[in-house]
Amino acid sequence: MKVFWQNNMALLVVLLVVAAAGFGFQRHLDPYYYKILVDVGIAIILVVSLNLINGITGQFSLGHAGFMAVGAYASAALSVLAAGPWLNGLALGGAQKMVVEFVALGVIVIVGGVAAALAGFVVGMPALRLRGDYLAIATLGFGEIIRIVFQNTEQLGGARGISIPPPRSDFTGVYVCAVLCVAFIWRLVHSVKGKSFFAIREDEFAAATVGIDTTKYKVIAFVLGSFFAGVAGALFAHSATGYITPAQFDAVKSIELVVMVVLGGLGSISGSIIAAAALTLLPEILRGFAEYRLVVYSLLLVLVMLTRPQGLMGMKEIKLPWHRQPYQHKPVA
Amino acid sequence: MESFLQQILQGLKLGGIYALIALGYTMVYGVLRLINFAHGDVFMLGAMLSIYFARWTGFGNQPSWLGLGATLLFAMAVCGAIGGVIERVAYRPLRNAPRLSLLIAAIGVSLLIENVGQLRQVFGPTPQPFPALIQTKTVAQWGSLTVSNVEILVLLVALGLMAGLHVFVHHTRFGLAMRAVAHDHQTAGLMGIPAGKVIFGTFVLGSALAGAAGVLWGLSYPVINPMTGFVPGIKAFVAAVLGGVGSIPGALLGGFLIGEAESLTAFYLSSTYKDAIAFVILILVLLARPTGLLGRKEVEKV
Repeated sequence: MKVFWQNNMALLVVLLVVAAAGFGFQRHLDPYYYKILVDVGIAIILVVSLNLINGITGQFSLGHAGFMAVGAYASAALSVLAAGPWLNGLALGGAQKMVVEFVALGVIVIVGGVAAALAGFVVGMPALRLRGDYLAIATLGFGEIIRIVFQNTEQLGGARGISIPPPRSDFTGVYVCAVLCVAFIWRLVHSVKGKSFFAIREDEFAAATVGIDTTKYKVIAFVLGSFFAGVAGALFAHSATGYITPAQFDAVKSIELVVMVVLGGLGSISGSIIAAAALTLLPEILRGFAEYRLVVYSLLLVLVMLTRPQGLMGMKEIKLPWHRQPYQHKPVA
Repeated sequence: MESFLQQILQGLKLGGIYALIALGYTMVYGVLRLINFAHGDVFMLGAMLSIYFARWTGFGNQPSWLGLGATLLFAMAVCGAIGGVIERVAYRPLRNAPRLSLLIAAIGVSLLIENVGQLRQVFGPTPQPFPALIQTKTVAQWGSLTVSNVEILVLLVALGLMAGLHVFVHHTRFGLAMRAVAHDHQTAGLMGIPAGKVIFGTFVLGSALAGAAGVLWGLSYPVINPMTGFVPGIKAFVAAVLGGVGSIPGALLGGFLIGEAESLTAFYLSSTYKDAIAFVILILVLLARPTGLLGRKEVEKV
């Protein structure tokens, strides 16, 4: 038990701070900034989870938005069919309502994540036999197929989209998920077994030679990445707008996420967080030049590849001061 | 029966265009092992710039064979130049970088073309009508099955260009050099083949074919916007993979198969699923026969 507290104290403190901040922000922050903060949180979950697949394990997925869509629609179905009416029927108020809605959101988010993880497993098992650009194009294909299927499912609103009842994913909900996601992935890849992910990325044959079950680890990375994409999708579906359409999860969204991972640095978790925050804030700052947003994105992508192909952070991490220095991974030239 | 044949004809026309685009993918993949994501956008530029060319010269107002020929040549020349510039600026500096960096740069170039094109000062986001360069006429009719001159023209131009490419690749010195570089980039260099120039030439050639495909697309589906290139580009890549990436006859076969599959799906299932069918085929092919129908089996070296 003592060990548990030693290891998780910092995490618990961060979660409490997030909860407190969420409480304060909801009352005192301008709704516009509040919404941007929530968007940043969702982007962090998406980018860090995609980094697990693309950066840390070295597989190139271009279908992350598809798994986000699975999470979003699974959670939407749950909310529309069961959770929404049930919450309405309870007719709670005040603090009781807050707690119940928070728990309901937790369940919904987990359902979204599990649905996406299942989809990730079904897609990943066959697709991960492919390498490099073939995998990229196959995952792009899967992402598009998932989107087109939702577009043709009239029960879920079809191309028009579907409106989702509360609970709403507020700052606290989103950032609790984001912190847990980052902590989980960080600890996973810095654990002893987690070295295997880096090993596969550096040289798949060599990794297999030293006895790493490469298929297993690739599938694990893919399923976990999809799980968190589903969590982000569920949070996105239940955000303040409460409305989703299949077009929001198209290939362009997947590519945008890849851009963020690449800019942050393939393999750097802190880089992903910075890139997710920066590239979500950038269009808001450039609001007057909204139409130039994507031009700037794409130009950045090309320029970064030409001048600093390893991304802004490369493989490096920014570490919290109290964090033990983990094994330093040195990429082989 | 006639409606079935009509769909087959539609599929042939569509497939001819896909095959032309797929050739560019397959040639570039052959010499550089790169999925040139920007290829679909070069195709879009071919269609888009032709609109401006036809407007500027007045060919758009008076349908004529001369106008069509001139526009086709213009599109091929301009797209060839654009392809060359892209290779020089974005891909050449990364020749020795990891292949993933090259792929990401290609995605970046693709996004850049699409988004610059959508700026109001450039093409704007609204679709633009493609001028009628020739008068659409029905040239043959059996019952309800009609064959228009556009369909014949698209097929003839596509097949003609492919035949030309075949001759070029198999009966010229540059074609020989291309095949050598595709076979083994480094050894070709040791044999005195200027691999850099060959790669540049391959880009120019592939992009010129994409430009021609753009004009043919405009004749068949006369509404063009800056995003037009994305979906046909991906489908043409699927066609290249289906036929076997790196194989020129494979691109031809793949293009026609994808065109037929799409046209028949749209007719017999639902037009909303027509964009999904290419991906379903892609995934089945990749899982069952990753080297494609006509591709060579590659042994992975450690």
